[in-house]
Amino acid sequence: MSNPEGAPDLAASEELRDGPFIEDWRRQMIKFATLQLGNAQWAEDAVQEALVGAYKNAGAFRGRAALKTWVFAILKNKIADALRHRQRVVEASAPLREDDSADELAGPFDERGFWRTAERPVAWENPERAVHDHQFWRVFEACLDALPPQQARVFMMRELIELSADEICQAADITAGNLHVILHRARLRLRRCLERNWFGEGERPC
Amino acid sequence: MLTCNDATRLLSDSQEDRLSFKARMSLTAHLMMCSGCRNFGRHLQILREAARAFAAGEDERTGEEQGQP
Ligand SMILES: [Zn+2]
Repeated sequence: MSNPEGAPDLAASEELRDGPFIEDWRRQMIKFATLQLGNAQWAEDAVQEALVGAYKNAGAFRGRAALKTWVFAILKNKIADALRHRQRVVEASAPLREDDSADELAGPFDERGFWRTAERPVAWENPERAVHDHQFWRVFEACLDALPPQQARVFMMRELIELSADEICQAADITAGNLHVILHRARLRLRRCLERNWFGEGERPC
Repeated sequence: MLTCNDATRLLSDSQEDRLSFKARMSLTAHLMMCSGCRNFGRHLQILREAARAFAAGEDERTGEEQGQP
């Protein structure tokens, strides 16, 4: 790929030529965009545009983190725009149905609505250290992946793309009541997943 | 008296909207007695911060420090 502005900064452009790194990234972003847009082709287009922008401006970035922040910000804007203008095409293959009713049977609460003993949240040690640990982010990603699709989609709209509740209700075509139920379930699940796989090594209070 | 299901729902809702006075009162009463829900409330904050850090590329930043696996 040539650059009309002349030779880009060597370090950043080398990052972009790092095949496995870009592939890994592309996969992550396409998955994210597909979930949001409900359309694989649109998702690929959006990611491609964001990456082309990155190639052109590679000189302005030092290192992967700055580059990823920037590409992801572009992608988030594209997704937010598409969602706000309701250009999303809901495909037959992307149904928005209640996808976890069976899950509630084995939920974290007993039949009276209180925490089951083994499910009661414990205090997390050193959460501020986790964000600096590469392994933590692999766990975080795996926990996001493990959410039922609708919960993942709505949670990501809220917490990663930072749309407002109103915007999400419009984009996902759900009621405010639905939105709150879905976010509650997604947060319960994610919290449990992180506690089991990362924060849970501490002792359990009685 | 709220159940933990109700209390966690209010804690979750409070991340989108301000709770009503009545809801805040009953939530406070529950949290005074329930360490599980108090922890849940803290975990929601951590979850939000982590999600935003993830979207901002923090995971790649840690990858740089430690070298790619
Ligand atoms: Zn409780």
